[in-house]
Amino acid sequence: MADGPTTDVIRRAAAGMRLDIVEMIAEAGSGHPGGSLSAADIVATLYFGVMRHDADSPDMPERDRFVLSKGHAAPVLYAALAEAGYFDREHLSTLRKLGSMLQGHPDSRKMPGVEVSTGSLGQGLSISNGIALGLRMDGGSQRVFCLMGDGELQEGQVWEAAMFAAHQNLSSVTAIVDSNGLQIDGSCHEVMCLGGIGQKFAAFGWQVIEVDGHDVDALVDAFEAARVASETSGAPSVLVAGTVKGKGVSFMEDNAGWHGKAPSADETEQATSELRAVIAKEAANG
Amino acid sequence: MGKATRAAFGETLVELVGEGVDVVAVEADLSKSTTTSTFAGVFPNRFFNVGIAEQNMIDVAAGLAVTGKVAFTGSFAVFATGRAYDQVRNTVCYSDLDVKLAPTHSGVTVGPDGGSHQMLEDIGLMRGLPGMRVLVPADFNSAKAALRTAAMTPGPFYVRLGRVGVEDVYPADTTFELGRAHVLREGRDVTLAACGLMVGQALKAADILADKGIMAEVIDVATIKPIDAETIVASARKTGAVVTCEEHSIIGGLGSAVAEVLSENTPVPMRRIGVRDVFGTSGEPTELLEHFGLTAGDIALAARELCAVTA
Repeated sequence: MADGPTTDVIRRAAAGMRLDIVEMIAEAGSGHPGGSLSAADIVATLYFGVMRHDADSPDMPERDRFVLSKGHAAPVLYAALAEAGYFDREHLSTLRKLGSMLQGHPDSRKMPGVEVSTGSLGQGLSISNGIALGLRMDGGSQRVFCLMGDGELQEGQVWEAAMFAAHQNLSSVTAIVDSNGLQIDGSCHEVMCLGGIGQKFAAFGWQVIEVDGHDVDALVDAFEAARVASETSGAPSVLVAGTVKGKGVSFMEDNAGWHGKAPSADETEQATSELRAVIAKEAANG
Repeated sequence: MGKATRAAFGETLVELVGEGVDVVAVEADLSKSTTTSTFAGVFPNRFFNVGIAEQNMIDVAAGLAVTGKVAFTGSFAVFATGRAYDQVRNTVCYSDLDVKLAPTHSGVTVGPDGGSHQMLEDIGLMRGLPGMRVLVPADFNSAKAALRTAAMTPGPFYVRLGRVGVEDVYPADTTFELGRAHVLREGRDVTLAACGLMVGQALKAADILADKGIMAEVIDVATIKPIDAETIVASARKTGAVVTCEEHSIIGGLGSAVAEVLSENTPVPMRRIGVRDVFGTSGEPTELLEHFGLTAGDIALAARELCAVTA
């Protein structure tokens, strides 16, 4: 099991990030709350429990790499980067506004700590593979983490990349599928059923770990299990993380309608009061 | 006949690594055709074959570039720019990465494989992308220099290479000046602005025209982006008539780029030699150049008609 103090830090970070996500999307008047909230525990676990990185030295060569393939969940990445100290929190209120470094989808030319621009779905795993190849050529031991959505797996390129990573024995690659079951037009099952995600990656030769994407202790353990499994087998790993879209905001949970719209003033008030209650609870636990 | 521009690809990459440039190549199952197999043979650890998966090819190269590699990609022009356009746009260019696309088999001189494989829209696709530089070398020696320039200059590049042998225009020690068009032959009556293998055709056309008493100026617009407006405008002001010559659609390519420059600076009558908004078709390369009106004779005829208008 993961140790207590670390996961407390992660849980507190995730709770704070959820509030930031809702507030920045409300301020922006548009954005993608559902898939940002579903990924909050995963991203918090990476940035505050798993990844080697340094906000004071974003280009540190030894850093692990993170690629947000589901680029529309930019707010969850921005919340994590702000929490980690990559930029001043004041920037969060500029999301999606003219001149902001917080673009609607992550822009590596504008934002410190973003390795590569994303937003067009299905590309992050290929990019992560290239990063892993380059780091391996240079003798590095850095890990490369790539977060995808489950709807995103409908993009054929994902499977070109799955094939390639296994063929190249890219054991430094860990993919995470934020499997919230919903996409813009409805449930992934109804829009275009992919079938078993884990089975498909396994068939390509990946190490597959199923995990509750909102259980921080389980996530920490799963990332460690993935590292061990990949080092042992030489194969890339994927965490298939079961999540709830809109997690943490009662009226957004498991509702495809909250894929890509901002809450109204009243909705924002309700959402932030719910999230503040969680923050208070986490603080009390700490 | 000289070597094909594609023959420059693999061997230039080998030379660059020998000179200490951190070059890698990502290929999509066409290494023998593109000549990246030459590079793979010498530096197998710097060569990655993704199989028949061009989208993955571009983004794996992008990831390699993120780690500081100078990443060249292979495949044919139709697949590298068409099938993987979104990867080139949204990852390579939007992130401003050191990815150098140098696909081969551009234009109709692909030959018998036919229209599905004869890419005629690639210059248009690539030059519309912010940050992308577009080079169309005229011969083998120019192709070597262009590939070298792409490797040494940060950011995305498109180097357009072809399948068939072309006559040498430049000496073996030629250098490539990014953003410079080269006046290969001075004239006063009409400007022939060409790129790729059409440079050779334009030079022949100038000979034909000289016999008719028309002094044609021939410019190799080897860099289509950033285009050398200064040289093109100066020549157009001198001659008052411009014929563009390209093995590409007349929509979006060199002809369009030159028309954009001239219309804003010094509008003069123009003719565009190129493929006229149709797909290619099977045939031998020389037959196809005739079929689509891309020969020296076609250029000379267009130039004479233009001179008749402007005289």
